[in-house]
Amino acid sequence: MVPISRTEATRPSGGGGDAGAGGRAPLFARSSNDRVIAGVAGGLAERLGIDPVVVRLAFVVLALAGGVGVVLYLVLWAIGRAETETRPAWRAGGDAQRTVAAVSIVIGTLLVLRATHVWFGDALVWPVALAAVGSAIIWVRFDRSRARDRSNRHDRENGRGDDRSARQGDASSISFGRMVGGGLLVLAGVAVFLASNISSGTVGAVVVALAVAVAGLALIGGPWIARLVRQLGAERTERIRVEEREEVAAHLHDSVLQTLALIQRSEDPGRMRALARVQERDLRGWLYRGSGAVDGDRDLVSDAVDTVTERIELAHGIRVDTVIVGDRSVDARVQSVIDACGEALTNAAKHSGASVVSLYVEVTDDDVTAFVRDQGVGFDADAVPPDRRGIADSILGRMARNGGSAEIRSAPGAGTEIHLHVPRGEA
Amino acid sequence: MTPPSDDGTRVFVVDDHQLFLAGVRAELGSSFEIVGQAEDVESAVAGILRAKPDVVLVDVHMPAGGGAAVVERVLAAEPDVRFLALSMSDAAEDVIGVIRSGARGYVTKTISPAELVDAVRRVHEGDAVFSPRLAGFVLDAFTDPQPAELDPELDRLSGREREVLRLIARGYTYREVASELHISVKTVETHVSSVLRKLQLSNRHQLTRWATERRIV
Repeated sequence: MVPISRTEATRPSGGGGDAGAGGRAPLFARSSNDRVIAGVAGGLAERLGIDPVVVRLAFVVLALAGGVGVVLYLVLWAIGRAETETRPAWRAGGDAQRTVAAVSIVIGTLLVLRATHVWFGDALVWPVALAAVGSAIIWVRFDRSRARDRSNRHDRENGRGDDRSARQGDASSISFGRMVGGGLLVLAGVAVFLASNISSGTVGAVVVALAVAVAGLALIGGPWIARLVRQLGAERTERIRVEEREEVAAHLHDSVLQTLALIQRSEDPGRMRALARVQERDLRGWLYRGSGAVDGDRDLVSDAVDTVTERIELAHGIRVDTVIVGDRSVDARVQSVIDACGEALTNAAKHSGASVVSLYVEVTDDDVTAFVRDQGVGFDADAVPPDRRGIADSILGRMARNGGSAEIRSAPGAGTEIHLHVPRGEA
Repeated sequence: MTPPSDDGTRVFVVDDHQLFLAGVRAELGSSFEIVGQAEDVESAVAGILRAKPDVVLVDVHMPAGGGAAVVERVLAAEPDVRFLALSMSDAAEDVIGVIRSGARGYVTKTISPAELVDAVRRVHEGDAVFSPRLAGFVLDAFTDPQPAELDPELDRLSGREREVLRLIARGYTYREVASELHISVKTVETHVSSVLRKLQLSNRHQLTRWATERRIV
């Protein structure tokens, strides 16, 4: 899975992506909403598909290399189209490969400039470049969400979920490692700058200066760090929200949309009804699960009954209207009644011709009572066909084994009602 | 069934689902005069007070308070309007809530058109309409272990009422209940109305709590 999404990610950017983009559309629009000076960096960043922070830092570094950055900025400002609104770049994010490409181009440019002596000196440019890279590492955000979408879709096509928690941990460790790494690079830049601009005899003074600088940074950076932490929190909340939405979407996709597709293709109204019913149960269960179930016990009469009725609804395309009074944990006696109800429901579904069967189950401390009723064709109790008799016997037998009783009331044209009753022992 | 006839009953429909609204209008249009419809609580209250219908069909689930809010606010100003609640969810909390706010009946949205027409008539005549599920809820709620300080008048079901409710829960129509118990349909209606009154007025604490706890149906 990873290699495939990697190649996918690489393809659009490619090696010479920036040059190609420049060739296709030489003009870019300055950004009206993402600007520090004239919106050149913001517009350029959007055009290149990278984080504007990288572009800004590149301008700064190049400006120190003999002022080339300043000239470049002015030229780009002059040839750029009038200001337009760009997508907020920190939301759009940037592609990792493109960013690396941009950074490589800047470094290459620096080397060329150094070779041609358009240069303010190694002691200035390299430390600043180092610090710039560090800063970029802290600030730049790559387009993580887009990559994730891609891999998610891929996972789903392969019919499996993905390990979100692992990736989430991965992401947050990157954020932390990034801050530390970036910070170290910035400090290294400062140190190199100080070290190369102060003569070797004053190392002690340099250490003091460094300490002062660090203290100053802490003072300046404290609130900023606090803000960053808050930002990370907000980002995390947003990520969780996105993931939740994805999960809902995935669930709906796997259940509701599939069922709707099946229903559209189904010719048989009974089957459609059954599919809709089953889906409704499933969705309802998913929506309310864990949010307020009675004492959190999942072995409830209502669950056991649902399992039975769902199977019958799906198999026979009927609707079972269930009413349960005294919902509680299932024991062997209760289960025997539920099983017998299942047989009675199947019987009704097969023979009564009714599309709706009513099921009523009442459980008290003393006994279990159930009624299965249909308003179908009914039958004459004295002239029972053998197949129905068989089922009736098995229901009666089951009840008898549990010390209970079963009574069947039916008349031709008047529907059928089966009454089941089992006393509950102190089991 | 009975031939479609406009008996002059004025019906108002409140539901935030367009599709359902259109469906109900089509089903009821030949039997009643549909005097208005609304899709949210505010416009429903205003519309009902303006149109003064006999019966309001109200969806339990709506943003900003749901059907219960509509029932409460209208009844405060116009106590003669009768409400029949319709719901997709069958969650005890919602059903008990809307009944206790003053609705005269509750049916599930899967009800057949003929049954719906029948239910509207019944509510219009001042009777209560209990679906099997609502009957089950009431039995369940009134079977809980009872606290000492109960008003027997309001907080307990009589044996007969219990019998009637049990039959309704088993899927019997009022007529079938009547013949099963060898009483008249009118007597069945009286029992059900009496249960409805108890359901609305009983101050059994656990009635609400019970409904809240029992979310899954």
